[in-house]
Amino acid sequence: MAELTWISRGRTRRSTRTVRLTASAVVVVAVALAVLIVPPLVQLDEQAVDLANKLQPPSPAHPFGTDDVGRDLLLRCVYGLRISLLVGLVAALVATVIGTAVGAAAAAFGGWTDRVVMRIVDAFSSVPHLLLGIFIVAMFRPGVWPVIVSVALTHWLSTARIVRSEVLSLRARPFVDAAISGGASRRRVIVRHLLPAVLPQAGLAAVLMVPHAMWHESALSFLGLGLPSHQASLGNLVQTARSSLLAGDWWPTLFPGLLLIVPTLAIAGLAGAWRERINPRRRSELML
Amino acid sequence: MLELHAVTAGYDRRSPVFQDASLTVAPGEAVGLLGPSGCGKSTLARVAALLHRPDAGRVTLDGTEVRGWRHRAPRALRTSVGVVFQQPRMSADPRLRLRDLIAEPLRATGRRAEADGRVAELAPAVGLTGDLLARRPHEVSDGQLQRACLARALALRPRWLICDEMTAMLDASTTAALVAAVETYRRGEGAGLLAVGHDRVLLERWCDRTLDWENCARAPRVAD
Repeated sequence: MAELTWISRGRTRRSTRTVRLTASAVVVVAVALAVLIVPPLVQLDEQAVDLANKLQPPSPAHPFGTDDVGRDLLLRCVYGLRISLLVGLVAALVATVIGTAVGAAAAAFGGWTDRVVMRIVDAFSSVPHLLLGIFIVAMFRPGVWPVIVSVALTHWLSTARIVRSEVLSLRARPFVDAAISGGASRRRVIVRHLLPAVLPQAGLAAVLMVPHAMWHESALSFLGLGLPSHQASLGNLVQTARSSLLAGDWWPTLFPGLLLIVPTLAIAGLAGAWRERINPRRRSELML
Repeated sequence: MLELHAVTAGYDRRSPVFQDASLTVAPGEAVGLLGPSGCGKSTLARVAALLHRPDAGRVTLDGTEVRGWRHRAPRALRTSVGVVFQQPRMSADPRLRLRDLIAEPLRATGRRAEADGRVAELAPAVGLTGDLLARRPHEVSDGQLQRACLARALALRPRWLICDEMTAMLDASTTAALVAAVETYRRGEGAGLLAVGHDRVLLERWCDRTLDWENCARAPRVAD
C-alpha cells in the first residue's frame, strides 16, 4: 500500500515537473526571440515621447499601454528586458568565472592559501550583498558597466564555496595521485583533471545566478542607483510607474513586474531541471 | 634500489598509521608485502610511490634520497615509479577515454608525439582491444579499466612498479592476465616490483620473496 502511494506520487511529481519544464522552456525561448528579434526588426524608438497619448490603458495600438509621457510600454518592456537580461547574463558569467577560479585555487593549493582566501570569502559574505552592491555602484557614474561590476563582485562567493568543496573531494581521489605519479604538474592536475570535473556545477551555478542578477539590477535601478533613469530597464520601468500606480494606473507597474518575475522563474526552472540531470549521474559515478 | 628506512607515516602526526617500516626492492626483483586490511600497507605503498610524505624516516631511489613529495618531487624521480591502485574506478579520470587515460603520462611529460605509438604497444600487452580504447571508464568493466590503469602505469617505462592490491577487485582470469602483463614488463625492462596485498597464495606465487607486515613495520603504540 505504502509502495503504491509512493509510486503514484512519483508519477504525479514527474508529470508536474514535465509541465513546469515545458512552460519554462517556452517562456525562455519566447523571451530570447523577443529581445533578439524585435528591436532590430521594428526599428522603433523606445524613447519616442507622445504627450497626447500619455497614460493610455492597454489597447490594440499599445498592448501594454503607455507611460506618463506617452511612450509605448510594450516596446519599453522589450528593451528593458533586453538590458536586464544582458546585465544578468554578463554579471552571472563574470561572477562564475571569479568564483570558479578562487574556489579551485583555494582547494587545489590548500594550506595557507585556502585559509586566507576562505576568510576573505567569509568577510565578504558577512556584509549584506545588496548593501555591498550599492557601495560599489555608488562609486561610479550610472551606467550598464557599474551595475554589472557591482552584481558580479557580490555574487561569486557561493560559487567559490561550491567549487572549492567539489575540488576538495575530487583532489582526494586516487586519479589525482595517478596523474601526479605520471609526471603531471600541479597546474596540469588543476586544468586537465579538476576544473573540467567541476564545470557542470559551475555552469549550473551560473544559470541559477542569472535570475538573481536580474533582480539585483532591478533593485539597484529601482533605488535610483543603477542604470540612468531614462534607459528602459525593468527596474527603471517599475520605479517610474510608482507615481502612476498611486493614481490608479496599474499597467505601467504590472507588465514590467510580470516580465521581471516570469522569465526569471522560467530560467530558474530550467536550471532546476539541469541540476536534477547532473546530480543523479554524479551519484552513480561515485557509487560505481 | 628502492629503499625505505625506518619510515613512520600516517595522516595525523600524533597518531601515525605505522612506525619504523623498512624494506628494500632490488632492480628486477619482485617483492610481495603481505598484511591484514587496515594495517597501513596502502599508506606504505603511497610513500614508496612518493605520493605521501612520511612523518619520519628516509626513502631512497637508486641512492638518491627523496626530499620532495607529490608534485614537489622531481619529475624524473616520481615518474620512475609506476603505481596501480586497488580501485580502478577511483583511479581513472571519469572523463578520459581509455586511449587518453593510457597516454596521459606521456602528454603530461611533454612526449605527446610518442603517445599513439606507445598506446598501440601497451594495449595488446595488457589485453585491451581497439574498440575498448575509445570508451570512457563508465562504459567498461572493472577488469578492463584496471588493465588500462596498468597500461598507464607502464606508459613511461618506470624502473619501479608498485601494485597496491591491484587484483583485489578482479576475478581469477583477469588477475592472472594482469600478473602476466606485469611479469612480461618486468622481464623486458628489468624493473623492480613491490606488490602489496593480503592474498598470500597469490603473492607467494607471483613474487621472488614475500614479507610479512609484522616483520617490516611496527604498529604504533596505542594511545589511550
